[in-house]
Amino acid sequence: MRLELRQITKRFGSLVACDAVDLEVAPGEVHALLGENGAGKTTLMNVCYGLYRPDQGTILADGRPLHITSPRDALAARIGMVHQHFMLVPVFTVAENVVLGHEPVHLGGFLDRRRARTEIRRLSEAFGLAVDPDRVVETLPVGVQQRVEIVKALVRDAQLLILDEPTAVLTPQETTDLFRVMRSLTADGRSIVFITHKLGEVLEIADRITVLRQGRVVGRTTPAETSAAELASMMVGRSVEFQVAKGAAAPTGAVLDIQGLTVADGRGGLAVEDLTLQVRGGEILAIAGVQGNGQTELARALYGLLPKLSGRVTVAGVDVTAATPRRAAQAGVGFIPEDRHREGLVLSFSVAENLVLDLFDRPPFGRGLRFDPRAVRANAIARVREFDIRTASVDVPASTLSGGNQQKVVLAREFSRPLRVLIAAQPTRGLDVGSTETVHHRLVEERDRGTAVLLVSTELDEVLALADRIAVMYRGRLTGVVDPTTPRDAIGLLMAGITSGSGRADRAAGGAG
Amino acid sequence: MAAEGVPEAAAAPAGPRAPAWPVRVALLAERSSTLVVTALAILSALIVGAVIMIVTTPETLGAWGHVLSNPARALTTSWALIETAYAALFTGSAGDPAAYVHAFAVRTPGAFTNAFSPLSETLVATAPLLLCGLSVSLAFRAGLFNIGATSQLIAGAIVASWVGISLPGLPLAVHMPLALLAGCAGGAAAGWIPGVLRARTGAHEVIVTIMLNYVALNLIVYILSLPFFLGPQQVNSISRAPAGSALLPHLAGASLRVNAGILLALAAAWVVAWLLQRTTLGFRFRMAGASQDAARAAGVDVRRMITLAMVLAGGLAGLAGAVQVLGVDPQLVPAYGGEIGFTAITVALLGRARPGGVVLAALLFGAFQAGGLQMQAATTVPLELVQVIEAVIVFFIAAPALVRAIYRIRTQGGGFRLFSQGWGG
Repeated sequence: MRLELRQITKRFGSLVACDAVDLEVAPGEVHALLGENGAGKTTLMNVCYGLYRPDQGTILADGRPLHITSPRDALAARIGMVHQHFMLVPVFTVAENVVLGHEPVHLGGFLDRRRARTEIRRLSEAFGLAVDPDRVVETLPVGVQQRVEIVKALVRDAQLLILDEPTAVLTPQETTDLFRVMRSLTADGRSIVFITHKLGEVLEIADRITVLRQGRVVGRTTPAETSAAELASMMVGRSVEFQVAKGAAAPTGAVLDIQGLTVADGRGGLAVEDLTLQVRGGEILAIAGVQGNGQTELARALYGLLPKLSGRVTVAGVDVTAATPRRAAQAGVGFIPEDRHREGLVLSFSVAENLVLDLFDRPPFGRGLRFDPRAVRANAIARVREFDIRTASVDVPASTLSGGNQQKVVLAREFSRPLRVLIAAQPTRGLDVGSTETVHHRLVEERDRGTAVLLVSTELDEVLALADRIAVMYRGRLTGVVDPTTPRDAIGLLMAGITSGSGRADRAAGGAG
Repeated sequence: MAAEGVPEAAAAPAGPRAPAWPVRVALLAERSSTLVVTALAILSALIVGAVIMIVTTPETLGAWGHVLSNPARALTTSWALIETAYAALFTGSAGDPAAYVHAFAVRTPGAFTNAFSPLSETLVATAPLLLCGLSVSLAFRAGLFNIGATSQLIAGAIVASWVGISLPGLPLAVHMPLALLAGCAGGAAAGWIPGVLRARTGAHEVIVTIMLNYVALNLIVYILSLPFFLGPQQVNSISRAPAGSALLPHLAGASLRVNAGILLALAAAWVVAWLLQRTTLGFRFRMAGASQDAARAAGVDVRRMITLAMVLAGGLAGLAGAVQVLGVDPQLVPAYGGEIGFTAITVALLGRARPGGVVLAALLFGAFQAGGLQMQAATTVPLELVQVIEAVIVFFIAAPALVRAIYRIRTQGGGFRLFSQGWGG
C-alpha cells in the first residue's frame, strides 16, 4: 500500500504536535520516522491509526482519500499498529488475543478456535514469527509478545504496519530477530513505518528516513546519504556529542556494599536473587539488562521501598538493610526513581513543593509542626536557576513541566543534600537529547564528588557512555561484571543470560571484589 | 504595602518574589475558570429546579396543558411561581430588604428580630455543615473519602451531651469548652476506627464509614433507652438537655438562634487552612493525598497519616455534633443531625475541599436550608426541591465538562486559558 499523509496538522490546545506534515510511505519499504520524544512521531501515527482526528490534512491510500475516525476504520483500510505498550490480555492465549474483537464463529455463535489457530500458524511460518497460538501471553518473553501484536495486525491483512518504538523493550538479539521479521514483511510487499529515536537502528533497517522536530518535517533522507551524526543534529537542531565528557574515575573504597540480596517480585517469585555487589565511591556502576530482569526491584529495595527477603546492605559501614526510605536518605542515599511521575514527583504540587518533598520538615523549610512556604519558594528560585529548570514559575504544578525539566526537579532535590550513594533508575527514560546530556553531566559530576553512583539503565548506549564498570542482570541474578571496553555483543549475550566462555566477564568481576 | 515591599526586595534579591505577571494571569484564569464553572453549576441547578417546580405544580402544569390556546398564561403563571418561590428562598435566607429598612426605621427589638431572623437561621444551619464539610475536606486532602461524618457527628453529640448533662454546677468557662472538647474527642474516636482499619488492614474507608453510620444511628437509639439520658418521667426517645452552663452563648440575644457555633466553625476553617498550608503535618497529609507512592518514596509514614487524618476529620465532625447539642438542638433524638453528614460531602465537593471554598459552600447550603422552609411556606413547592437543587449542583460540579459544553466555554492549554464564546447560538 502506498500511504500518503498530506499537510497533517494536529493541535492540543496551544501546542502544535504536528504542523503540516507530509509523509509518503511506498509499498514494500521500511520508512523510519525519527525524532526526539515530543517531536510528534507517535501523534502523527495515532492520527493515521484513527486514535486522534487531525485538525487539518488528508490521508490517502493508493491515491484514494481515507476517512479514518477510529482504529476500526484504520484496520478496515488495512493499516495496523503495534503500540509501545502492548494491548494484550495477559491471561488469554495467543489465539484468543489475536481473534479478540473480530472472533470467527461457528454457526450458533461458538468461537472457531481451530480456524484462528491455523491462520496464526500459517502467518507465523510465512514471516518467521515463531509464535505458538496456544501459549498464554503472560508466559511469553516480551519479544514474542511483540510478534503477537504483529500477528494481530497481519490477521486483519494489514498492508501497512506502524511499529511505535518497537525496540525499546528488546535485547539486542531480539532486535535482530525483529529486523528479520520486518524484512520478510517488506519482501511480501507490505510497508512498515518504524518509529524510533535510535539512530543505529534507523541506519540498519530503514529504506527511507523522515526526521521530525517539534512537529515539523526537518529532513528526508536515506541511510546511504546520511550518517548518525547528521541525523542526530537534524533531530536536535544542533550538533550533538555522543560521548559523555568525563575523566577517569578515581574510585575509593566500597561505599555501597550489597551482600546476598534477595527481593520478592510480589507475584510469588524472586525479582532479585542472592545478589552481591560493591559500588565504590567515585565510580559509576551501571546495571545493564533488558527491562524486567530485576533491576527495578533492586533499586527500589536498596532505597527501602521494597522489603528485602535476605541479605545485607551497608552504606559507608552503616547497615541499611531494614531501612525505610527516610532512614536510607539519612544514611546519605539519593534516589532517582524510574517512574518519576509516580514516585519522583507529586504532579499536582507546585515545582517549589516538589523541590522539598523529602526536606520539608528540616530547617529552613520546617521544624516540628512549623512549615515555611516562603523558605520553600526561596529555595526553589535558587534551584531553578542552578539547574536551569525551565518553568513559567516555581508556583505552577509540576505536571506543566516537560519531562526533562521534571527530571531536573528530581535531580535538584536529590542533590540538595550531601550524598554517599546515588541510585539512578532509568534517569533519562523519555528525555530528549538535551536533557539527557544534562542528566549525564550531573551524574558524572556527582561521581567526581566521590559519590558511589549506581545507574540502572536498559539503554546499552547510555551504559557504555557512563559506566566505569558494568554489571549485567538477567532474571534477578548478575551474569557478569565487566568493564566498559567490553564489546557490545558480549554484553548482549550476558543480557540474554548466556555466560559460558565469557572469561573477560569473570576477570572483571574478580577484579572488582 | 508597596513601601514595605521595596526594602525587603532590596535586602534579599534572591528571596521569594511574586510570580511573573503572565503566570499570575494564568493561575487567576484557572481559578476563575473553577469559579465560573461553580457559578454556572448553581445557575443551571436553579433552572432545573424551576422546571421541576413548573411540572410538579398542578396550576402551572395545567396552564402548560393549554399552551397552544393561551401561551401567555402558561408563561405568566410559570414565571409568577418561579419568582415567588425563589424570592422566598432568598428572603428566607438573606432576609427581606424591606424588613431591614423597617427595622432600622422603627428600631424596636421585635422588628430587628424579624429582619435578622432569616440571616440567623442561615448561620445556624451553616455551622454544622461547615464543620462537617471541613471534616470531609480534610480527609479528602489526605486522599480519603470520609462518608462517615454522620456517625462522627452523632458520636460527638452523644459525648458532648453526656458531659453537658453529667457535670451540672461547673462554671460556664469550664463546662462549655469541656463539653465541646468531649464532642470533638467522641467524633475523633469514631474517625479513628475507619482510619486505623484502612491503615493497618486496607479495609476501605468508604465501606467502613458507611457501615459506622448505621452503627451510630442505632447507637443513639440505644442511648435513648438509658435512664441517664432520658431523665425522669420521660418515655419518648428524647434525651435531657445539657445543663445551661454547657450551652453555647447566643450572639444576638435570646430571640435569635444564632450562637457561638458559627464562630467556632469559622475558626475551625481557619485552623484547617493553616494546618494544610503552614504545617509539616499538612504537607504530609497533602502529599499522602496527592500521591501515596511519592509520599512513601519521600519517607512519609503514609499509614500514620491516614489514621491521623481520619482522627482529625472525625474530630471536626464531632465538634459539629457538639455545636448542634450545645447550641441548636439540646435534646438528642433518633437520627440526630439528619442529613447534615451527607450534605457535608456535597459542601466539600462544591468547596473543592479547600477551607475557603467550603465556607462559601456551607453558607450557600445553610441559606438553602433556611430559605427552603420559607419557600415551602410561601408556595406549595416542598422543601425537598432544595435537596433536588443541591443534588443537581453536585451533578454539574462533578461533570465540569458538561457545564463547559452547555455554556460553550472552551479551555485551552491544559485548562489554563479560558474564554467564553458567548451564550446560545
